[in-house]
Amino acid sequence: MEKRVVFRSAWLPYVLLAPQLAITIIFFFWPAGQAVWYSFQLQDAFGLHSEFVGFDNFTALFRDPHYLESFKTTAVFSVAVAGSGIVISLLLAVMADRVVRGSVALLYKTVLIWPYAVAAAVAGVLWAFLFAPSIGIVTYMLKGMGVDWNWIIKGDQAMLLIIIASVWKQISYNFLFFLAGLQSIPKSLIEAAAIDGAGPTRRFWTIVLPLLSPTAFFLLVVNIVYAFFETFGVIDATTQGGPAQATQILVYKVYHDGVKSADIGGSSAQSVILMIIVVALTVIQFRYIERKVQY
Amino acid sequence: MKSKTLAAALFTVGVLAAPAAQAQTEIQWWHSMGGALGEALNGLATKFNESQKEYKVVAVYKGSYPESMTGAIAAFRAGNAPHMLQVFEVGTATMMAAKGAIVPVTKVMADAKEPFDPKAYLPTVTGYYSDLQGNMLSFPFNSSTALFYIDRNKFKAAGLPPVPPKTWKELIAVAEKLKAAGQDCVYTSGWPSWVHIENFSAWHNVPIGTKQNGMGGFDTEFTINSPLHVRHVAMLGDMVKKGLFTYAGRTNQADSKFQSGECAMATISAGALAGTIKAGKTDWELSFLPYHDDVKGAPQNSIIGGASVWVMGGKKTDEYKGVAKFLSFLSQPEIQMGWHTTTGYVPITKAAYELTRSSGFYDKNPGRDTAVKQLTLNTPTENSKGLRFGNFVQGREVIEEEMEAVFAGKKDAKTALNDAVKRGNEILRKFQAANK
Repeated sequence: MEKRVVFRSAWLPYVLLAPQLAITIIFFFWPAGQAVWYSFQLQDAFGLHSEFVGFDNFTALFRDPHYLESFKTTAVFSVAVAGSGIVISLLLAVMADRVVRGSVALLYKTVLIWPYAVAAAVAGVLWAFLFAPSIGIVTYMLKGMGVDWNWIIKGDQAMLLIIIASVWKQISYNFLFFLAGLQSIPKSLIEAAAIDGAGPTRRFWTIVLPLLSPTAFFLLVVNIVYAFFETFGVIDATTQGGPAQATQILVYKVYHDGVKSADIGGSSAQSVILMIIVVALTVIQFRYIERKVQY
Repeated sequence: MKSKTLAAALFTVGVLAAPAAQAQTEIQWWHSMGGALGEALNGLATKFNESQKEYKVVAVYKGSYPESMTGAIAAFRAGNAPHMLQVFEVGTATMMAAKGAIVPVTKVMADAKEPFDPKAYLPTVTGYYSDLQGNMLSFPFNSSTALFYIDRNKFKAAGLPPVPPKTWKELIAVAEKLKAAGQDCVYTSGWPSWVHIENFSAWHNVPIGTKQNGMGGFDTEFTINSPLHVRHVAMLGDMVKKGLFTYAGRTNQADSKFQSGECAMATISAGALAGTIKAGKTDWELSFLPYHDDVKGAPQNSIIGGASVWVMGGKKTDEYKGVAKFLSFLSQPEIQMGWHTTTGYVPITKAAYELTRSSGFYDKNPGRDTAVKQLTLNTPTENSKGLRFGNFVQGREVIEEEMEAVFAGKKDAKTALNDAVKRGNEILRKFQAANK
């Protein structure tokens, strides 16, 4: 039998819901609706003339090879950020879990959580300085090893730079969740397996990892959303989408075309497409991947 | 993004509503002059405010050029635009097309019965900001141009005579010798499109686009894939490959590379001179941009960069009177000379140039008149008057992206410039359709 609390008042639930609904409508539905509206318009920068153009903005986008290229860039970037972010933080969490007691462990955890407190733009600038083509320390060391590091003109190096900066910033978040997940696994299970003769590697793959799968799934969703949207600050502070659009992920292109180039219609069409992609990704994740998760 | 716009709009409402209670008429001026330039600009506003009691100019720093322009566009859409807005040169066509959003400066001055003579300005300046009928639409404020800087110390260290090369052929010969002598960064350049396409075209008297570089109408097309343009960009790509050209980025990143003494030669803005002097690490010499000596008509004259002041629409008559008074104040040769000598920008009126010369400033500061000499080397032609392309903020980036592809060795110059023309023209068509 399910237990339920029932409101006797007819209006109280709505009043209680109102603030949340108001925020959702004002900050999510209204702008999203405006984006949909503008995506069918051709408008000058100042909004003096506006003309309904149907799907023109969309067809123009798909005729633009750079827009299609931006999809590929986004795919490479998100897979790299989400993938390496999760793997590295899992590794760190497993190691931190082993030294969880004592003041050394506290220090270890604190240091690992630190980057999360750094703003994305600051993280970007930090890494941009380390890797700066003429004055960066890392560039200097790479030069010593014979690597010609110059992300100002080399697209793949620019991509590597924003991946490193974005992953570094997100590791702490992933680490926290993995560590909590690891600590909630009953020690008795692992001890039982150990008594049965399973080695540490075997124990990890057959017991720890399956029990961590809800956490890993949650982090996958969060990390993909992070790579899609929240890495904006890192990119804006370092490469600004360049060189030659090598690091122009979809969300940066939306900003660039809308804000910098004042192409409201084209930019809105892009954000509508982005909305559709995110909805589709979320559905796929919950429909297919979540089935494989053992809670 | 939308919520940000909303927040910006709300903020603007607050800013504009607050001082309404005062008796003086307030004139809002949004600008993009940071640091030392911002101090110089605030000095102008203060001086004007102290000179009379009726009006008060409030100068507000709104971030970089693109930031203040987008900010003003958002404010206009929300009905709270400033009275005056400083817009960089690439935004000129966008502002001009926004007929209901701006008031031509000529009209503002005529309505307020303030004297205003477009002929007082250097021809390259007047041409850049006037419509086809010769009406000045915006008020020229800070103008610069691209110049060629060399560090004589580096030349001497390599055993070369410390004289700036005049042509690209000479420059490459010098560059090779500097490189052989162990100089790491031989040559760098800021603003790739502005220097190597826009100024390059004017300097060699070849068109950047049809219809007088876009001044004749919105139905213009880019022509920057001509054999001369291809040859020049290919040469730059080749220099990158040989280590003779160190690419620094799309804006002014090259300034510090030259100023710190890292690079021996640079093509950067005349406005970088103040910083070069302040850094004091180079034995600098300013000269004209290099040119290809086999091109007929080169060197012609270079074109301006920098920004102008636009008067926004929808304000009260009295406020426009104040704007006109302030612009008259800015037009005085003494004020112009002060701005020129403190900032390094070009003296934009002939009177200010004469005044600066007769004051002996150029004798004491050799090289400070190189920019104005280069701008006025010859009477501007249709190709060297300036340019006017819709949404050129975006257009310039397309050109820069394609140039970067050449520098990275991903495309050859011909393909890259053909692509730049194709993509650039699409932007122009879209602008044309949106501004019928």
